[in-house]
Amino acid sequence: MTLRPRVRRAKGGFDLRISSPELEVLRSLPGQLRALLADGDPAGDPALGRLYPSAYLDDPGAAREFDRLTRDELTEQRLANLDTMERTLDARRVNEEELAAWLASINDLRLVLGVRLAVTEESEPQDFEADEVAEASYALYVYLSGLAEEIVETLSGP
Amino acid sequence: MVQTAPVETERPSADEDVTPEVPWIVIVWNDPINLMSYVVYVFQKLFGYPRPKAERLMLDVHHRGKAVVSSGAKERCELDVSRLHAHGLWATLQKDR
Repeated sequence: MTLRPRVRRAKGGFDLRISSPELEVLRSLPGQLRALLADGDPAGDPALGRLYPSAYLDDPGAAREFDRLTRDELTEQRLANLDTMERTLDARRVNEEELAAWLASINDLRLVLGVRLAVTEESEPQDFEADEVAEASYALYVYLSGLAEEIVETLSGP
Repeated sequence: MVQTAPVETERPSADEDVTPEVPWIVIVWNDPINLMSYVVYVFQKLFGYPRPKAERLMLDVHHRGKAVVSSGAKERCELDVSRLHAHGLWATLQKDR
């Protein structure tokens, strides 16, 4: 648990106090998500499917058309958010737009990890202990969840 | 592109526009990944809903599996769905009937 807040509202923006080991973890992530967005198989990868969900439950044709019209812009937004987070990783202070970009990127990463791990609302760390890779992924998922929660609280708070 | 603040505090009511023959609704579905606090934040940010309304909608999503979060003309609902997708929520639109 983090006792000292990592994200705090300050005059003219938000103060970030993120430890070096955490920053090293965060630094490794945007490239991985970019690679998935660029080279992933939209039809065959459920994690990508989760980032671009179907907009129409009962109308596959309309869903395809919606996807065709929105996918590129959605990808551009995701990439812009990743760029912002990467550019401001070492900043001590960010503005609201930048912090919102962090949150969006962290949430995209959580979605990908969550789908890959098939997490449920009842998932526990011990569910992933048997597999070292899954265990590490779940630890990252939990870490990102805590950071996202803290950013949300700060953005929503006074 | 990230919108950082609600761009409008109240949605225009349907009767200010040409009343659509068949209103459309936007549904957000429950998922096990998005944090409850995050969903509240997104509803406030995208729709300008006051916190109590955003919380009520989030709880409907969480407990009932889904909630109608906006309604109106089809184009408006499609825009809302794409903004929700950009924030990682699972949203669909359909005719309200």
